[in-house]
Amino acid sequence: MTAAPSLDDDLARLRGMLRIRRFEERAAELYGAGKIRGFLHLCVGEEAVAVGVMRALTEVDAVVSTYREHGHALARGVPPDRIMAEMFGKAEGCCRGRGGSMHLFDASHRFYGGNAIVAGGLPLATGLALADKMLGRRAVTVCLFGDGAVAEGEFHECMNLAALWRLPVLFLCENNLYAMGTALALTESQVDLCAKARSYDMPADRVDGMDVTAVERAALAAVATVRAGDGPRFLELATYRFRAHSMFDAELYREKREVESWKLRDPIASLSTLMKLGGALDEAGLSALESEVAAELDAAVAFAEAGTLEPVDDLTRDVYATEASDARQ
Amino acid sequence: MPGSDAVMVRTTWREAMRSALREALQADPRVFLMGEDVGRYGGCYAVSRGLLEEFGPERIRDTPLSESAFVGAGIGAALNGMRPIVEVMTVNFSLLALDQIVNNAATLRHMSGGQFAIPLVIRMATGAGRQLAAQHSHSLEGWYAHVPGLKVLCPATLEDARGMLASALADPNPVILFEHVGLYNVEGTLRSDAGAVPIDRAAVRRAGTQLSLIAYGGMIPRALEAAEKLAAQGIDAEVIDLRVLRPLDTATLVASVRKTHRAVIVDEGWRSGSFAAEISARLVEEAFYDLDAPIARVCSAEVPIPYARHMEIAALPQVETIVRAAREVVGTHA
Ligand SMILES: Cc1ncc(C[n+]2csc(CCOP(=O)(O)OP(=O)(O)O)c2C)c(N)n1
Ligand SMILES: [Mg+2]
Repeated sequence: MTAAPSLDDDLARLRGMLRIRRFEERAAELYGAGKIRGFLHLCVGEEAVAVGVMRALTEVDAVVSTYREHGHALARGVPPDRIMAEMFGKAEGCCRGRGGSMHLFDASHRFYGGNAIVAGGLPLATGLALADKMLGRRAVTVCLFGDGAVAEGEFHECMNLAALWRLPVLFLCENNLYAMGTALALTESQVDLCAKARSYDMPADRVDGMDVTAVERAALAAVATVRAGDGPRFLELATYRFRAHSMFDAELYREKREVESWKLRDPIASLSTLMKLGGALDEAGLSALESEVAAELDAAVAFAEAGTLEPVDDLTRDVYATEASDARQ
Repeated sequence: MPGSDAVMVRTTWREAMRSALREALQADPRVFLMGEDVGRYGGCYAVSRGLLEEFGPERIRDTPLSESAFVGAGIGAALNGMRPIVEVMTVNFSLLALDQIVNNAATLRHMSGGQFAIPLVIRMATGAGRQLAAQHSHSLEGWYAHVPGLKVLCPATLEDARGMLASALADPNPVILFEHVGLYNVEGTLRSDAGAVPIDRAAVRRAGTQLSLIAYGGMIPRALEAAEKLAAQGIDAEVIDLRVLRPLDTATLVASVRKTHRAVIVDEGWRSGSFAAEISARLVEEAFYDLDAPIARVCSAEVPIPYARHMEIAALPQVETIVRAAREVVGTHA
């Protein structure tokens, strides 16, 4: 457990969330401008999860995520310019333009994607944790997925396997109440997601995913027990996406009112209000933060714009590993 | 039966498919549609938009993200008196249901000594071209066509989008209907009384004498465009639309090649082990002595489909690559 959060920590949390929010807004604009293509899933509203969770990890830990992963990648430390270039399809992108928005990978941050098959990351995370355990490493694998994923067989198979083998994996379900247009209550006979994890004998907690400090505290506690060898854990992070599922979503399935009511709990506004009340932040401080974030984003966009296209002759590159060095961890 | 008062109406491929669904739901109370986001969301490619309001949640059933479970449930329901239409969002996600399709749907009839029928239709989107990268751009029609017990349909035209579903539902076997994502927005005209079409034969979409361009699904518009380009260059190509990958109408293919003596097969699947390889083998088996040149194949490059636009284009069969292959086969190198 950590000591009471310091002012510096709050500022770092706020900065972390603001970077993600502004990054996502910029990505939406660039999508409109045709610079980014394919599917684009934004995490606006869910920033507290990304920041709170990643602050609880160390360098040795691994992260597995979904197609809605820009925030996770940014909070994990993947540079925004490499992410932006990836979404521009440029060779300077973190995956040389092969993956795009849904498939961000960065080995140097142990960021294992960007998986666009719902629940497809869970078996992978289970295996990463299995290797860490077998090799005697004290690393934790964090696996993020949505509420929709709990309906897949792979979720249940992995809950069982990880618990059975007491693997060092932390399963984090971002419950934003919808899988595309289908509400959780319409797809789950049991909407208490923690009950599912507990049925596999895995400790589970529900956390307010709109409160970055609460997320961080819960993640720190869970990571500590997982690292100590007590087996896997499950956290359900109650959150909400403020924007459409993707850029092709007419949002026929939810009321504007519902969205507006969740926006009242905006994790960024909540924290900055709290900080202002406590005298830790004023308007000048906030606008300084905004310009700092904007400058970083401007640079990222410029980097992506200036990026180059990989030569077409390289089309079939990296379908197979060719050098022994590729097999290294 | 086309009525005399039929008129031509403008429509899109997506609307033609939706009309087919609506008609099927109206025609038979045993028919129902189930799949992820088919109801409230309106279908991930908006094919089923409006059907929930029209037919209600019992018959337009939103399912959890459980491909194996709801495809398997479709098999069970078909076995037990219903006529389910199961929508799997895309062929990529059908891999989570592959076991049910291959080990149950395709086998139950045979394993039971002919006691059961599985009158099930599985619809799924397929294909690349929208920069959706390696997990959302598969073209696996050929895999399904490998499996005895299944029927595999690949509508390309508006008539087939409108008419194949009814025939698939009337068939007592599990039928997979592939909808190429590049076709949904295609616009054209369709007879107002368009209805069921045969699902046991290929079609000649453009008659020609010097070369057979053989394609299916999303590659049909490209093959037709290539044929136009070739015509401008003095090469008269015939375009064969396979329409049905299983059972395969070899006779139409062979007849075409007997006439043209040359064949180029266009297939969005990867070349190795592709459906194009099967076509090629059949032509070699049955029309070898009619061929004046080696058969050519235009397939996707052997790479998971990349995100970057220029790389995706390079990975997929394009009109230009079809034209080039055709020119080589007729011996007029560019
Ligand atoms: C196996 C599979 N089935 C369907 C899809 C299509 N799809 C993409 S995202 C999504 C919703 C997932 O919802 P959830 O897990 O709650 O995550 P969220 O998008 O809310 O973050 C669906 C159905 C997919 N990508 N993979
Ligand atoms: Mg969700």
